[in-house]
Amino acid sequence: MSVEPAPSAVDAPSAAATGTGAPSGSTRRRLPLTGLTALAVLILLAAVPLFVAPFQTSMLARMLIFALLAVSLDLLVGVTGLPSLGHAAYFGVGAYTAGLVAKYWTAAAPVPLLAAVGVAAFAATATGWLAVRSHGVFFLMLTLAIGELIQQLAESWSGVTGGDNGLSGIPAVEVAGQPLTLVGYVYWYVLVFAVLGFAMIWAVSRSPFGAALRGIRDNEPRMRSLGYSPFRYKLAGFVIAGAVAGLAGGLLASQQFALVTPADLGFTTSALALLAVAVGGAGSLWGPAIGAALVVLIRDVYGPDLDGHGTLVLGAVFIVAVYLLRNGIAGLATTRFRRRGPPPSDAAPPPDPTQGATGAPVSGGFRQNRQDGRQAGESSQRLDSDDPSSDPPNPGVKRS
Amino acid sequence: MTEWFADNFVSILNGLAIGSLLFILAVGLSLVFGMMDVLNLGHGALYLIGAYVGYQFTGGVSSWGGFLTALGVAAAFGLVAGLILSVATEPLVGRGHLDQALLTLGVALVVAEVISIIFGDDVQNVVAPPGLNESIQVFGNTYPAYRLALIGVGAVLAVAVWLVIEKTSLGALIRASVSDREMVSAVGVDNRKVKAGVFAFGSMLAALAGVLGGPVYGARTGLDETVLLLALVVIVIGGLGSVRGALIGSLVIGQVESLGRANFPDFASFMLFGALALVLIVRPRGLFGSKVGAG
Repeated sequence: MSVEPAPSAVDAPSAAATGTGAPSGSTRRRLPLTGLTALAVLILLAAVPLFVAPFQTSMLARMLIFALLAVSLDLLVGVTGLPSLGHAAYFGVGAYTAGLVAKYWTAAAPVPLLAAVGVAAFAATATGWLAVRSHGVFFLMLTLAIGELIQQLAESWSGVTGGDNGLSGIPAVEVAGQPLTLVGYVYWYVLVFAVLGFAMIWAVSRSPFGAALRGIRDNEPRMRSLGYSPFRYKLAGFVIAGAVAGLAGGLLASQQFALVTPADLGFTTSALALLAVAVGGAGSLWGPAIGAALVVLIRDVYGPDLDGHGTLVLGAVFIVAVYLLRNGIAGLATTRFRRRGPPPSDAAPPPDPTQGATGAPVSGGFRQNRQDGRQAGESSQRLDSDDPSSDPPNPGVKRS
Repeated sequence: MTEWFADNFVSILNGLAIGSLLFILAVGLSLVFGMMDVLNLGHGALYLIGAYVGYQFTGGVSSWGGFLTALGVAAAFGLVAGLILSVATEPLVGRGHLDQALLTLGVALVVAEVISIIFGDDVQNVVAPPGLNESIQVFGNTYPAYRLALIGVGAVLAVAVWLVIEKTSLGALIRASVSDREMVSAVGVDNRKVKAGVFAFGSMLAALAGVLGGPVYGARTGLDETVLLLALVVIVIGGLGSVRGALIGSLVIGQVESLGRANFPDFASFMLFGALALVLIVRPRGLFGSKVGAG
C-alpha cells in the first residue's frame, strides 16, 4: 500500500460526530454495551461443553466454523462490495492443507492451521489477482469459475486428495503432545481460533484500511482520484478474506473423524455461505455469523427430520430473505434499536446536508450508486466513521 | 490433419449436438440478462423440469405421441414459470445482481428438491422417439440418429431466433431494450411487458431443452446445476445479451466438452472453466459483449 491511509477514526471519533451530525456519536456511546454483549456471548459459547451433550457440542463447533467462513465472506461482500460465488474454494484449500499436514507431517497445533492459512492466502493471491480486475456480474462469474476449477482439482488429483471419496484418516489435533479426543476439547480449540479469526476480520473492517475498502465499494472512481489504488486494496481484502476462510477450513479438518470432500469447496458451499451473509445482513459481520448458525441448524438439525430435504427449507429461506430481510437480521436489529439512525432503505435517504445539491430523484441502481458515493466521499470524516452499523443505509451488496 | 479429423469425427458430432442443446438453453438466459440485467440462476431448474416432464410422458417407451406431448407440456410449464420469475424479480430491479441471484437460486433449490421428492433420486432414462431411436452410419461411423436430429433442431432454432431478433420489429424492440432500456421506456414501451415476454420465451426454450436433452443426458438430480454452469460459461464467453455470442459460445463449449473429454479425459473439466477464465481475462466482457452487466 503505497498510498497514505485515511486518518484513523479511532483517534478522532468526535470529529466525525461534529462533522456530519450523523450516527457516529451515538455509536460511541453504544460501544461499551457492544463490548459487554460480545463478552457475554463469548462466555456463553465457552461454557457450552460443560452443559451440552457431545453431539450438540460438535454441531456447535460446525456452526462456529461455518460462521467464520460466512464472516470472512462478509468482508468481501458487505465491506468491499465484491459478491463472490467461489469463496468456499479457499475454505476447501485450507481444509485439505490442514488435513494433509496433519496426516503426513505433524498434527501438533497450530501447525496444520498455520499451513492452512498460508496456502489459502497463497491461493487467494494467485486467483484474486485475476478476479478483482473484473466488476459486477463478471466478478460473480469469474469467482464461480475459480471455485469450480479448484473443485475439479480436488476431484481429479486423487493421489493426494482422495478424489471423490474425500480425504479421510486425519489424525486428531495434538496440543502439547496430547491428541484432543474429547469433543469438548476439540470444541474449545475451534472456539479459540474462530474467535481469533473473527477478531481479525473485525479489526480489519474497523481499521482505516477497512474504511478505504468501504470507500471503494461506494465510489471507486472517487477513491482512485483521491490517490488510492482500488486494485491493491481489493486484492488485499480478497487475500485476507481467503486466508480467514482457509483458517475455517483448517478448523473443519481438525474436527473428530474429519472428512474433507470436494463438496466442501463446491458451488453449494459457496452459495450457502452467501445465503448466510444475506440472511444475517451484509456488512455487519456479526449478522452473517448468526445467519451461518441458522443455515447449519436448518441443514443439519431439521434436514434429517425432513427426509434429507433440508435444502427445500433453505431455498424457501433464500426467497423470504430476499424479500423481507433486505438488510438481514442485522438490519432488523438496527431498525429496532436505533430509531434515530438512518432508516435501512434507499427509498428514504438519510438526512444529509451534502445531499441537497443532488436532490434529483433516484431511480436506477447506477445513479443511486453515484449519489451514495458522493455522500461517502464528500467529507472524509464520514468515510472514517467505520463502525459497521453506521454504514450508509444500504450495504454494498445491494449495488454490485 | 485428415487423420485426426477422421479419428475425432464422432467427438466433433457430439460436440455439435451438445452445442445445439446449449444454444437452446443459453439464448434465453443471455437475452434475459442482457435485456433486463436479471441474472437467473433458476435457469437450470427449468431445464430439469423439462427433463422430468420428458421422462413422465415418455415413461421409457419410445413413442412420438409421448415425446410431442412432453414438448408441449414442457413449453407450457416454461412459459408460466418464466412469467412467474419475471413478476418475482420485478421488485428487485435496481437492487443489484446479488439479490436476483439469491432469489433465483432459492427458487432453483426449491424446484430441484420438489422434483426429487416427487421422482426420487434415481437416474431416469428418456427414450428417443421411434425412428430416432437407433444408430445410423455417418461416413463409416455408427452414430445415434437422435443426436443428428438434435443438431438439426438446434440449427433450425438458431436460424429462427436469429431471424426473429435481427429481422422483425419485435426483435428490434428486444435489441433496443438490450442496448438502452431507459430510452425504450421513454418512447412509450412498457418495459415490464417486454421483459415478461422475453423471460417467458427464454424459460420456454430452457424447458424444451430439458425434453430435447432427455435422450442424451437422461433425468437425474444435480443435472440442473451442471447445465446452469455450462449455460453461464456459454453466455459469459459469448457476451451477455448477444444471440450471435450465445451461438458461438455454445459451439465452442460443445467442442471443448466433447473433444476435451475424448482426448484429455483428465483435464476436460479444467479446460471448460479454464476457457472461461481465459476469455474473461483477455476480453472481460465476453467475445461479443456489449456494455451491459458491468455495473
